[in-house]
Amino acid sequence: MVPLKVDALRKSYGGHQVVAGISFALQRGECYGLLGPNGAGKTTTLRCCLGLTAPDSGSITLVDEPVPARAREARMRVGVVPQFDNLDPDFSCAENLLVYGRYFGMADTAIRTRIPQLLEFAGLAGKEDTSIRILSGGMKRRLTLARALVNDPDLLILDEPTTGLDPQARHLIWERLKRLIADGKTILLTTHFMDEAERLCGRLAIMDAGRIMVEGAPRELIKSQIEPQVVEVYGEDAPGWAQAEAGAFARRCEVSGETAFCYVDDAAPLLDHLAARPQLATLHRPANLEDVFLKLTGRDLRD
Amino acid sequence: MDLSIRALAVWRRNFLVWRKLALPSILGNLADPMIYLFGLGYGLGGLLPQVGGTSYIAFLAAGTVCASTMNAASFEALYSAFSRLHVQKTWEAIMNAPVSLDDVVAGELLWAASKATLSGAAILLVIALLGLTHGMQALWVLPLIFLTGLAFAALGLCVTAVAPSYDFFMYYFTLFVTPMTLLSGVFFPLDQLPAAMQVAAQALPLTHAVGLARPLLLGQVPTDVFGHIAVLTIITVAAFATAVSLARRRLLK
Ligand SMILES: Nc1ncnc2c1ncn2[C@@H]1O[C@H](COP(=O)(O)OP(=O)(O)OP(=O)(O)O)[C@@H](O)[C@H]1O
Ligand SMILES: [Mg+2]
Repeated sequence: MVPLKVDALRKSYGGHQVVAGISFALQRGECYGLLGPNGAGKTTTLRCCLGLTAPDSGSITLVDEPVPARAREARMRVGVVPQFDNLDPDFSCAENLLVYGRYFGMADTAIRTRIPQLLEFAGLAGKEDTSIRILSGGMKRRLTLARALVNDPDLLILDEPTTGLDPQARHLIWERLKRLIADGKTILLTTHFMDEAERLCGRLAIMDAGRIMVEGAPRELIKSQIEPQVVEVYGEDAPGWAQAEAGAFARRCEVSGETAFCYVDDAAPLLDHLAARPQLATLHRPANLEDVFLKLTGRDLRD
Repeated sequence: MDLSIRALAVWRRNFLVWRKLALPSILGNLADPMIYLFGLGYGLGGLLPQVGGTSYIAFLAAGTVCASTMNAASFEALYSAFSRLHVQKTWEAIMNAPVSLDDVVAGELLWAASKATLSGAAILLVIALLGLTHGMQALWVLPLIFLTGLAFAALGLCVTAVAPSYDFFMYYFTLFVTPMTLLSGVFFPLDQLPAAMQVAAQALPLTHAVGLARPLLLGQVPTDVFGHIAVLTIITVAAFATAVSLARRRLLK
């Protein structure tokens, strides 16, 4: 089975290319991440993949079916967590799952036998009759994940599954997603959280302005795209110091507000230099995915 | 058109919500038309000797059934469908499943027509209990109001598909629904209108619903049955196709 294959996909709105020719493919059983700043085109890409908007050009295969031609057949075997919750507020938790299962043509008895285990999976055991209106944000997100599993899909498409959640809720979702991957599901996920992508994704792509900038395993991207060590320098004098002296120690140094981020292969000389300047606070750490992301997409705000 | 049996799952979703509030909903829908029927029927009817060869309240009965069917279908296809489309994003949620937008619109159409039929049927029952019907032929009004419900639901869904907010629906009611109620033979026979307006009234769907319902309730043989049904059917099909293409433009761009 080909979970998803996207080739030279383009989509523009009002003359503005939102997706500007991207290609990627998911392997069976992997978790693949799509990262990118606001407006990078992640949600638009997912909508094209689901057949919910027609691409200008390019080809898409979703669970072996050509999209948009046979999008409806493809969606039979896909589960979706949309970026914004759209649970049915008129219903209880169990009714949400029941009604959603019917959209897949499932028989009521088949759905009802799945409901307890789906709620259990979502950490909502015993909440069958609880109204959606009184659920917390984390509970809603978990129920949306359970809803996406009602048809036992082969592929899950998750658009920012943990945005807006507290750390506890986020960890629970991560744990559940890992369980799904262990069970052999394939996952395509978008996120703004680099630690989430590092933890969950076997491979990921960083998008900006509708293009894929890089693709690969998180560890490899950190190794190949950026210097291994980062020294952050804080304080009122940091920008001035960076301007005057950082160049002698760091290959690259970026200033953001009152912090200078120095990217180095060997931190020792820089740390020695800074030890003599107590007015500057320092933090030495290994480079991470966020550094790669910021290097590729820049530090400017998008909207 | 990309239609499938899944449209019925959308119908069932709405039915499940309605079932929770069924009784108040039916009673609420009954209050308004009953006030018209009794208020005008007895109040105004007392001043009138005969209208169209019968008592005024018997004349008004058919118009009330049709007008309230129209109102029920319009409210459901406008306000309720809009809250599912725009406020709750229920349509988008459904479309992530193997249900097409065309199915969703069809499900909404059938649902609004069903609810309108129930509304019309409840009034029909009251009218029958008051002895204002003539024999079993009144039952033919049931398929007629279902068709009437379909026509107005389809028209309403066109408006919903382009509406930016709830306020927009006021225009539809004040510019279309209310004038139509006055010009379709609900309250007085069409031949009271100036000739030009009589011709214009033939373009209004409600005219054709009333044109069939009135003889059916008064125990007469309706005339031009095929013509009335054809107009309502054509409006349903054309408006549904329009609603689908407007909804696609809104949601699938
Ligand atoms: N239906 C639409 N009509 C017009 N413009 C659109 C439409 N959908 C998206 N856009 C524009 O396309 C761009 C990409 O949007 P998209 O939602 O795909 O980004 P994203 O990567 O998901 O961003 P975010 O991280 O904020 O969710 C944005 O500039 C957005 O305004
Ligand atoms: Mg998005």
